[in-house]
Amino acid sequence: MENNIDVLDRREIAKHRDRPTILYYISNIFDSFFEQHGDRLYGDDPAMWGGIAEFDGLPVTVIGHIKGGKTSDNIRSNFGMAHPEGYRKALRLMRQAEKFGRPIICIVDTPGAYCGIGAEERGQGEAIARNLLEMSALKVPIISIVTGEGGSGGALGLAVADRIFMLENATYSVISPKGFASILWKDASREREAAQKMKITAYDLLSLGVIDGIIEEPAGGAHKNAKFMAAAMHAAIQSALGQLLSRSGNELVFQRYEKFRRIGVYAENGSI
Amino acid sequence: MLQDFFKKAKYITVPQSARAKSTEQNLPPDMWHICPKCSKGQLRDEYERGIKVCPHCGHHERLSAWERISITADSGSFNETDSGLHSVNPLDFDGYSEKILSLNKSTGLEDAVITGRALIEGTPLYLGVMDSHFMMASMGSVVGERLTRMFERATDDKLPVVLFCASGGARMQEGILSLMQMAKVSAAVGRHSAAGGLYIPVLTDPTTGGVTASFAMLGDIQLAEPGATIGFAGRRVIEGTISEKLPADFQTSEFQLAHGFIDAIVPRKDMRHQLGYLLKIHSRTSNNVGGVSVGK
Repeated sequence: MENNIDVLDRREIAKHRDRPTILYYISNIFDSFFEQHGDRLYGDDPAMWGGIAEFDGLPVTVIGHIKGGKTSDNIRSNFGMAHPEGYRKALRLMRQAEKFGRPIICIVDTPGAYCGIGAEERGQGEAIARNLLEMSALKVPIISIVTGEGGSGGALGLAVADRIFMLENATYSVISPKGFASILWKDASREREAAQKMKITAYDLLSLGVIDGIIEEPAGGAHKNAKFMAAAMHAAIQSALGQLLSRSGNELVFQRYEKFRRIGVYAENGSI
Repeated sequence: MLQDFFKKAKYITVPQSARAKSTEQNLPPDMWHICPKCSKGQLRDEYERGIKVCPHCGHHERLSAWERISITADSGSFNETDSGLHSVNPLDFDGYSEKILSLNKSTGLEDAVITGRALIEGTPLYLGVMDSHFMMASMGSVVGERLTRMFERATDDKLPVVLFCASGGARMQEGILSLMQMAKVSAAVGRHSAAGGLYIPVLTDPTTGGVTASFAMLGDIQLAEPGATIGFAGRRVIEGTISEKLPADFQTSEFQLAHGFIDAIVPRKDMRHQLGYLLKIHSRTSNNVGGVSVGK
């Protein structure tokens, strides 16, 4: 694997217009699928894909952001920026997966949760918060793969998982490098410097213990050989399910809690 | 500054007007408080005694964590837990360590939250208070860890949690680790809730970003102070996205009440008693893990 590509160049690859999207992966990683719509509360979010699929014959629930592709498609799916109803649809399907004992596979690719009037009126914060809480306690295996942009809370809302992978050129961050530079340095033009500082590559996040593995991309990026990419993701899911399927619901929940419990760095002196 | 004071003083109306008017001309500015919202003034010691709420327009000024604890917990009942946690600088971000040190000195706080055990009107609980004077109470590893420990202690001790939320969101200077604190604290809230624990977040000015998208919105009963800014995305970010102006009450406590995300707006002067009432009610429910009758 190559670990010497500049971060912003990786982001260019991860945002390439030909990069495979969840719509490619759903038909090339899984044997069959049935798409589901709606959060049963407000509407259906075209930025969030959800449904049932078979993975090597095993029923699973698949959920993910729809981002990329042709401009017209990308506009229709709001560039992968989901509204609260998208996160609530995701939660509805995750609870359903738990009811029927299906593992959950999440495909994460979003610049972030949508910022707009409707999103605020319908509680974007509450919707993401609820997913974080509920995902931490679901008694079925959860595997999340960040395939492109892992944009802040909008990504985390699908990424409280037992196994978190990133494609080699994907990034995962609390804010975009441009936002970081513009807020902390009041200078958006320092985006490249921010991207290097922020530790947002798959390699960075693996060394920080935030993710569990990196899925290697074909030379030049996933779009150079989408079939190879889907096969590599298939292999990663297969291996993770191999480890997780034998665990009880309570074991999964306990280990998932501990996994996130450990994250954070601080100094502690000896009081209390 | 002095000129400003006299200029504004011409237009102020103060309830105790006779005394105030006769004295205002002679008062040094630091004895006089001007409301940042309505620009009307009152004597500073009356303002402090009035728990920093403007008598003219009802504006609730931001409080420090210790001020909040002093007007909320029973006198002398607060015992701090999990102090001694300090931020490190995981991204090696220029100036971050120095900023923390300088805020340690100027605010007397170790980081943006204080947690501890306390009583409110006699009911024991864990009380957390975030302080916007410390880097706008952004959440990094220390805030996340301390809140997680508070919820874990409350779960173990079978006690309720009241958390006064305030935050600009995740602490960007700590990168992805700050984002992960949202998941960590939310999971701890989940465990406390699954064990039957009562959790009441009180949303104060401002509660935004990653804190709104995690523990601030996960209470059994959601309270807010009047007029607080509460929302997910920043106002300017949204205006930039949609290129139109937002209504004045957008993302206020009142807006959140109207849209169904909080149970009640409680004025500061009533907050302690409102919390005391809710804590007492939950200490009498059948499974009794919410409060006093099973708590240690």
